[in-house]
Amino acid sequence: MDAEACDMMSKRHAASTMASVAAWLPIARASAIGWVPIAQNPMPQSPATANSHRSDERLKINVSGRIFEVWRNTLEKYPDTLLGSNEKEFFLDSETGEYFFDRDPDVFKNILNFYRTGKLHYPKNECVSSYDEELAFFGVMPDVIGDCCYEEYRDRKRETQERLIDDKESDNPEAAGVMTFRETMWKSFEDPQSSTVALVFYYVTGFFIAISVLTNVTETVPCGVIEGTNLNPPCGDRYDEAFFVVDTACVMIFTVEYCLRLYAAPNRCNFMRSIMSIIDVVAILPYYIGLVIPENDDVSGAFVTLRVFRVFRIFKFSRHSQGLRILGYTLQSCASELGFLLFSISMAIIIFSTIMFYAEKNQENTKFVSIPAAFWYTIVTMTTLGYGDMTPDTIMGKLFGSVCSLCGVLVIALPVPVIVSNFSRILNQNQRQDKIKAQKKARLHRIKMAKQACNHAYVKAKREIEEAELRRQNGQADLDTSDKDVFEVQHHHLLNCLEKTTNVAFTEDRPTCLEGEANKISHTPPLSPHDSLASLTSKSCCGRKRRMPLSSSCSKKEANDIGGELSDVKIMREGDDSADNGHNHYSHRSSPQIITNNNRRLGHSSNDNTNAELHMSML
Amino acid sequence: MSAPLIDSKKAEPKPPQLSILRQASKVDAEAGILDHITITRYKPESLESLCRNTKFTKREIQIMYRGFKQECPTGIVNEDTFKHVYGQFFPQGDSSAYSHYVFKTLDKDNHGCITFEEFLHSLSDLIYGSLEDKLQWVFNLYDQNRDGFVSRTELATMITAIYDMMGAKTVPPIDKFTVEKHVNDIIEQTEESSQSELISYETFKRLCIKDHQPSSTFHEFATDLRLRH
Repeated sequence: MDAEACDMMSKRHAASTMASVAAWLPIARASAIGWVPIAQNPMPQSPATANSHRSDERLKINVSGRIFEVWRNTLEKYPDTLLGSNEKEFFLDSETGEYFFDRDPDVFKNILNFYRTGKLHYPKNECVSSYDEELAFFGVMPDVIGDCCYEEYRDRKRETQERLIDDKESDNPEAAGVMTFRETMWKSFEDPQSSTVALVFYYVTGFFIAISVLTNVTETVPCGVIEGTNLNPPCGDRYDEAFFVVDTACVMIFTVEYCLRLYAAPNRCNFMRSIMSIIDVVAILPYYIGLVIPENDDVSGAFVTLRVFRVFRIFKFSRHSQGLRILGYTLQSCASELGFLLFSISMAIIIFSTIMFYAEKNQENTKFVSIPAAFWYTIVTMTTLGYGDMTPDTIMGKLFGSVCSLCGVLVIALPVPVIVSNFSRILNQNQRQDKIKAQKKARLHRIKMAKQACNHAYVKAKREIEEAELRRQNGQADLDTSDKDVFEVQHHHLLNCLEKTTNVAFTEDRPTCLEGEANKISHTPPLSPHDSLASLTSKSCCGRKRRMPLSSSCSKKEANDIGGELSDVKIMREGDDSADNGHNHYSHRSSPQIITNNNRRLGHSSNDNTNAELHMSML
Repeated sequence: MSAPLIDSKKAEPKPPQLSILRQASKVDAEAGILDHITITRYKPESLESLCRNTKFTKREIQIMYRGFKQECPTGIVNEDTFKHVYGQFFPQGDSSAYSHYVFKTLDKDNHGCITFEEFLHSLSDLIYGSLEDKLQWVFNLYDQNRDGFVSRTELATMITAIYDMMGAKTVPPIDKFTVEKHVNDIIEQTEESSQSELISYETFKRLCIKDHQPSSTFHEFATDLRLRH
């Protein structure tokens, strides 16, 4: 069964490859006359083309009322699509003699153009899913989309896929059935919508975070004058027990939450290293340290500093807010650009501070006592704040001060859009290069498969002829071979003549090689003239001029290495030169060398890149 | 692009305006195929005159022109396209060398590109021409420098080119000794006694005809187009 499927696939490859250049077979065969003088064996007989090929007729295709007409030959270029095979007979309306399809006529126009030109185009204002559906219906593989439209198609495809994945994740019930208690708990922490308990928990923690932040803020507000004194202490000092109680309650809740999360986390090490858990710890630690430290004046200063860390509790809100998470993610991804911005600003600050210091230092009562003191002035001036607490008095100082403020506008305002646009441009470029590389790899692979398929078809045909001959000799009946393509028969005859001329025969690798690879690639290799340069140079780059013994040239599947692929791509651009050098090589009499086909690489198509890029971890 | 790009031929078979084809070949040398399409276009002479000048029927010419124009929308074939198309028929080997020589032989006026008329004339010679025509064509193929003799170098070049088309996956495997041996065999067969090892046209004719049936051998390569419909 496998060998059969493989044979069929190779036949389809071979046929589709050949049909597009069918018009040139006569000249190829005619030019083979040049082999006659050196032929070592007599030429085999020309195939009897007794069966008449179908005439060159026009077919009418009616797609939802719009009529398309096309030569039959054009459709048969790609015999493994719906229109190229006899599958279209199912849609034949015998009364009107036309093929009727109840599909979208606008998309069909593109599909028909694919048959005509060999390139499939993707219209920009078409929905990707509907386009894919039409392609699937007509049996056309999406990877024959031409270079001009491929990027757009792939981008849109990725968008829709992301959208679909998000939807799927949200309404996908746990297929695992019964989860452990731990898993349930983790799920309820991560996704508040999953159950009522989770929702309650979500709101309770949010409430307590808010309470905690509020108390931190209000305990510093002056509460009002105590009767009988002139003091106006902050609320925290006046009602310190109340505040202490509230604080304790909040910390209790946070501690319990942290412990529960720690218990439920699938990977505790990862959890403890994650930023949210660090924020949790930092938020609750000051309280415990405050409990432990005795009421000692020396250390209480340090303790006060620790209380500052309580403000980090506000970051706990980011679990509750999607927007906050996105902001954090954006900053994270722009880290290097922001770093550069900071660096350029610091340079400017140092320069101007130095200048201002030396301009102002001899002034009496000047605030510019040192260069670091001048930093404050420079920053305030460059960001156009201008507090006015430090101002220059000398003329030189004022001059440089104004230059500083002008530069400030430039230094702050200019890099930001440049950085942003650079960032997006470089990101796009990288992605484009990856896409192009992936497509090139896939196309090279497809071309190689087509070549192998062709060879395989020929060897198989030879074997069949031998078997038929044997059967005829044994007096058995001939098998029905009437559906042989005239074109293919003639092509095989040509190859046979070549074999006879050179007195060697074609062989091939094990046919099972094809099957595994063939599943991953398209069935409709496009071979338009625009592909010619790529395939031409790929041949000349595969066939490097060195002798190789037969054993190593029949290499099997090897691991695909990116470095090798890049060198392949590099060589392709120089392929023009090498092709030209080829003839000079032959016309001068250096020792004639055989160009061998180096089938080193049978790579895998790179559709799995997209899946890896889709997942964006937010937290 | 000052000159009109579309050139229509006059009644007598005069070669088309050289300027256009010079432009075409210049474009070939520099840019890739994409530029080619936007700049040049060539229109062959009318169907009737082609029918008269070659031995094909109208229908055959129609079919062939359609296929021709499909592969080369500009109406002329440059060497790269020809090599690519030729390579489709010999996927296992490297046919660039042989197709180069075929191209040079087809390109009679040496413009670096083949027009549809040249294509058709050559094909008509090769399929329906006399034995003499075919032999002359083959001799031109081998005689690369057009000096009227086929030298040993030229012969070796051609034989190498033909062996290249077989590729690597052959049994028995090909190496340079196979080629040299083949060259020596052929030289021996010509019974060329002179030291210069130059094969003249007469010797070449004798070599081709040998003891095979010449007319039938050459006929094996003729694609009878009429049967295709």
